[in-house]
Amino acid sequence: MTVKELEKLAADKADLIKVRKIVREQAEELAKNTGYRKQVLVCGGTGCTSSHSQQVIEQLEASFKELGINDVLIVKTGCFGLCALGPIMIVYPEGAFYSQMTPEHAKTVAEKHLVKGGEVVKELLYGETVHDDGSIIPFAEIPFYKHQMRIALRNCGVIAAESIEEAIGAGDYAALAKVLTSMTPDGVINEIKAAGLRGRGGAGFPTGLKWQFTKDAVGDKKYVCCNADEGDPGAFMDRSILEGDPHTVLEAMTIAGYAIGAQEGYIYVRAEYPIAVERLKIAIAKAREKGLLGKNILGSNFSFDINLRLGAGAFVCGEETALIASIEGKRGEPKPKPPFPAQSGIFKKPTVINNVETWASVAPIILNGAEWFSSIGTEKSKGTKVFALGGKINNVGLVEVPMGTTLKTIVYDIGGGLPDGKQFKAAQTGGPSGGCIPATHLNVPMDFDNLTAIGSMMGSGGLIVMDENTCMVDIAKFYLEFTADESCGKCTACRIGTKRLLDILTKITEGKGEPEDLDKITELAEHMKSSSLCALGQSAPNPILSTMKHFSNEYIKHVYSKQCPAGVCKSLLSYQVNPDKCKGCTLCRRNCPVGAISGEVKSAHEIDTKKCIKCGQCIAHCKFGAIEIK
Amino acid sequence: MANNLFDGTREQMNKLLDCIEQHKSDPGALMPVMHEAQNIYGYLPSEVQTVIADKLNVPLAEVYGVATFYSQFSLQPKGKHQISVCLGTACYVKGSDKILEVLEKELKIKCGECTPDGKFSIDSCRCVGACGLAPVMIIDGEVYGKLTSGEVNGILEKYMKD
Amino acid sequence: MVNLKINGIPVSVPEGSTILQAAKVANVRIPTLCYLKDVQCVGSCRLCLVEATGARGLVTACTYPVSEGMEVRTNTPAIRKSRKTTVELILSTHKKKCLSCVRSMNCELQKLALEYNAEEDRFGTDHDLKPIDDLSPSVVRDNSKCVMCTRCVAACTQQTIGAIGPQNRGYAKTIGSPYGVSLAHTPCVNCGQCVVACPVGALYEKSNVADVWGAIVDPTKKVVFFTAPSVRATLGEAFGLPVGTNVEGKMVAAIKQLGDIKCFNMDITADLTIMEEATELMQRLSSGGTLPMFTSCCPGWVKFAEHYYPEFLPNISTCKSPQEMFSAVLKTYYCEKNGIDPKDLFVVSVIPCTAKKFEVTRDELGHYTDAAITTRELAKMIKEAGIDFVNIPDGEFDTPFEEASGAGAIFGATGGVMEAALRTAAAKLGGSGAPIEFKEVRGTAGVKEAEYKVGSTVLKVAVASGLNNARKVLEDIRSGKKNYAFVEIMACPGGCINGGGQPYVHDEIRNSIDLKAVRAQALYDYDREKKLRTSHENPAVDTLYKEYFEKPSSHKAHELLHTTYTKREKY
Repeated sequence: MTVKELEKLAADKADLIKVRKIVREQAEELAKNTGYRKQVLVCGGTGCTSSHSQQVIEQLEASFKELGINDVLIVKTGCFGLCALGPIMIVYPEGAFYSQMTPEHAKTVAEKHLVKGGEVVKELLYGETVHDDGSIIPFAEIPFYKHQMRIALRNCGVIAAESIEEAIGAGDYAALAKVLTSMTPDGVINEIKAAGLRGRGGAGFPTGLKWQFTKDAVGDKKYVCCNADEGDPGAFMDRSILEGDPHTVLEAMTIAGYAIGAQEGYIYVRAEYPIAVERLKIAIAKAREKGLLGKNILGSNFSFDINLRLGAGAFVCGEETALIASIEGKRGEPKPKPPFPAQSGIFKKPTVINNVETWASVAPIILNGAEWFSSIGTEKSKGTKVFALGGKINNVGLVEVPMGTTLKTIVYDIGGGLPDGKQFKAAQTGGPSGGCIPATHLNVPMDFDNLTAIGSMMGSGGLIVMDENTCMVDIAKFYLEFTADESCGKCTACRIGTKRLLDILTKITEGKGEPEDLDKITELAEHMKSSSLCALGQSAPNPILSTMKHFSNEYIKHVYSKQCPAGVCKSLLSYQVNPDKCKGCTLCRRNCPVGAISGEVKSAHEIDTKKCIKCGQCIAHCKFGAIEIK
Repeated sequence: MANNLFDGTREQMNKLLDCIEQHKSDPGALMPVMHEAQNIYGYLPSEVQTVIADKLNVPLAEVYGVATFYSQFSLQPKGKHQISVCLGTACYVKGSDKILEVLEKELKIKCGECTPDGKFSIDSCRCVGACGLAPVMIIDGEVYGKLTSGEVNGILEKYMKD
Repeated sequence: MVNLKINGIPVSVPEGSTILQAAKVANVRIPTLCYLKDVQCVGSCRLCLVEATGARGLVTACTYPVSEGMEVRTNTPAIRKSRKTTVELILSTHKKKCLSCVRSMNCELQKLALEYNAEEDRFGTDHDLKPIDDLSPSVVRDNSKCVMCTRCVAACTQQTIGAIGPQNRGYAKTIGSPYGVSLAHTPCVNCGQCVVACPVGALYEKSNVADVWGAIVDPTKKVVFFTAPSVRATLGEAFGLPVGTNVEGKMVAAIKQLGDIKCFNMDITADLTIMEEATELMQRLSSGGTLPMFTSCCPGWVKFAEHYYPEFLPNISTCKSPQEMFSAVLKTYYCEKNGIDPKDLFVVSVIPCTAKKFEVTRDELGHYTDAAITTRELAKMIKEAGIDFVNIPDGEFDTPFEEASGAGAIFGATGGVMEAALRTAAAKLGGSGAPIEFKEVRGTAGVKEAEYKVGSTVLKVAVASGLNNARKVLEDIRSGKKNYAFVEIMACPGGCINGGGQPYVHDEIRNSIDLKAVRAQALYDYDREKKLRTSHENPAVDTLYKEYFEKPSSHKAHELLHTTYTKREKY
């Protein structure tokens, strides 16, 4: 297609999309232009798909047929961000936010709300969106969204994820058109540089500089690469972008191709993300169909195409040199740098590699200008950052906030605090490479440099909240298990270092720790930091070092008193029935998943400590508080 | 080296050969071919790896090295019902390790193994992205979220029957 | 040129040099373990970490490029600490049976441990030992001693075999054959390049020393040794003599001190090979036989062709290798002449090669060799016997196989067989005044080509050493891009002087000299000093034909000196 055709398509679809983005009254007015009385957006992201949103859509379609509804559009979108409430469904123009939908609920909503003259089904709305007086709060105004600023996620949960027309209607490819018609390659790079965009994959390297290096490198061929190997367990922002707005990534890669002089790109995506992979395949095919990928893009003399490569379950492939090895069909073992990918990357050609979230920030910068972008965030960290909020927090999901937003805002204002009134103990950022932020640092503005300064790191943006029931030694061990398992085994420091550190931590959590083990941990951790080949090994000790720094008392308790204060480390505790309190109701016995509890009705029960896996089911079911952890 | 249990069909082999033919000239064809081979066979039997090595002209040791590097490639056949427990951080802090432990005790196999009758296999995975439903386990693609260890046996029973 | 300082010492090195290379110029020693010149440079062992201005944190000297004005520190407390810890971590996974290890006193890890004051088990010791693979007739693998430097894998990959590779990942990573099968069941060609690349005792030859000692003390056996051309040029290294020292006389003397042993010169059957091979080539040329003809002396190359290029088997000369020719001659002609029952004669070949141990087991060769021992094994026997090798007076080869040509001696270096053949062909077809030295086929280049007018014939020849180079030549021939009459192929890069059975040379030395060239020079010097420099003029060969084989390519020669080849599976 030509630029004109693109602009026309965007204009045709603009109102349809706009209805979903503006306030209710205007939206109602605008809806009249679209040919649809209402639009029902159902989340088709991984979280909601897992909780059966597809069945909700199917039910809606069936009900529409039955009820003769033909002027309501069903839109299967990417992730809305509030995964814990899935499946999520939003009805526009009113912005009614239905949560935890079932097919039955869908049927009810169709019959009562979506039919002509229907009314919002308040009892099925997300509780926090209904005022005491019965009026509803539109989706965009609930606290979870109010404090956010969505740039990378701007189209996620807004457009039909598999429709290139909706993507174009929402503004995708406008930046590409601008670049191809009115900007020079250097102009593009300068814009990105001026915006102050830093890589969202973890290290925070300035993106524009990376592009510049690759442009300046000598090579008969160059590549653009998207790192979609989001390996941090507990981070899913890249997945959500790929599922919700894949075209923004394709567009940005094409822009980079133009800027650095590449004609081919690779997207390396985790195979564990089947929906993202599928949507990318569809997006690439449709972009090719529309001439937005391939030869002479938008009628220009610039050509660019993208290949999709699947990972196969190796965290280390998030490291760029390992990712390159994997694309080349080899074991994903990192290489020492230099040479950097900008000089020698995929198939030894100059390559620019950025992660998904970084790519998703490119088009808005081109469209709105570097000045706009750099006005957001802190001095050295510009723009917004997406965090995957998880763990012991009410609003598990994806949030995008300006750099410099405090942890407190994220956890309490957006995240809705911790469930069951539990105390915030720490937040873990940066995944296996990051560290724990204790409650004393709740007011720290979250940006690249501040997080590094307090011994954690931004990483890809995983943010796991922990409460008083989380043992910090156990968490350190969890991450070490992860890095030990995911170490590629190439360099000595990481291959053996992670194993030895894990050996020591295991000893400690089993109550066999000795005082000198704590010194050995520090020594090994420092060695790995200084002597490992790649970032995986260099940062693998971070979870231990930061927990030792902020929660040293827990380590001391484990080592000196053989106690686990959080009641997690199994070797250090045992479950016992207090015979004085036990009424012999058999509830614990019947709920024990491993048959470790025995006892007759109306007589005190007993726990076989050898069989017991300390899962806590008995405690959860006992009505008399008869089960005690010793 | 022959694996006596290998019982690939002609159709499967033809599919594999087609796929190799298709990718042969691509640079870095090995991984895409291995993915496809695993889709066809459910795992990567030694015979299949040999065919891949032969047709792509890479040493078998390299194919095997790649197969054993990536955790998604399996050298063992999987169970009729494939159970996967998420051990990502979000699931872990919500107790998915306990879920795994119940499964292991109930099916009397370790994570990564298959029951002798070929009915169940258990694997762990690193974050399927359903963090909002933590802790989760997946059986044959069906996601079971917000699990407690007490619910596991009931879910398993459904699959025991067939 | 780039100017930098290493520990304050100014040096100037070419652009693109690494810190490690620059440090050599500055005479600063940086320890390495995974680095091996011409074989591997991956920066994985982390022993060569140094500080450099402009670099973030410690960097690997083996990979990091120098830059103008750079200042490098190789010896700070932090660096020493890092190296110590690295060695200690490796030791925590190592089977520390150092006293009885084949590499004791010659082990790169042991040396590093000593230098950096590493304690054996500061980080514990793994007690689950991995099985030893000793099913191959050539190479033994003991993964419990593996330090994961992957030098063996790089060597095997460079040879384009890939019989072994890394598998699994992280701490579970091991080096091995697919599915953990023995090396014996892979397309390994037994070249032993993995063995000479190994810094520790994780790879070594399958020893036949005990068999030889057994025969020496057996009163019913008569023991004869013969030594391959290149052994004279390398054996001295095992006794601390400089690389490239010719120790022929000491070698012979020492062997004779091992027991009641006759020691012969294998160069004789190198000459015999030339006679047979040259005749075969001329027959092929005149009768429209399969061309090009390939040499057949190297058992690594022969097995390689059987696995990977079976269509070229008819191109390989049917001549047995010099080892097998010699053993056949000894068990027939020599026994008959001396009234010895062949079963009482115990034939030991001393070879620079692990593949020859496999060759000995091939049925079609008649099992004439009783034991093939490498240069390293001979050195071990000499040490075990308490012989003062360095000071022993020279001895002489026994009759009747004492005298051989210089042409036979240069068989030990790449291009040597070709040159020997050319000398004879030139003399036979070109008459007197024919050239003796053919410098185009000398040197350590992987592939060498030349064209000679011999008499009225123009001979196009090629020489390849290293199987990667062999592959190049074969592919060019297969595609019709190249056309030759005669091609010499040796499996090991540089030929036998760099064979898999040669003495271990520490990476430090390997990294600072051209090992192949220096060793080969010893053979070329030896040849230059010789009066007799062509195979066909060798009187001993003459006698052999007169008394036994009649003439080259005779019926009897075919029976005893020629062989056949079989296609082998790759998997």
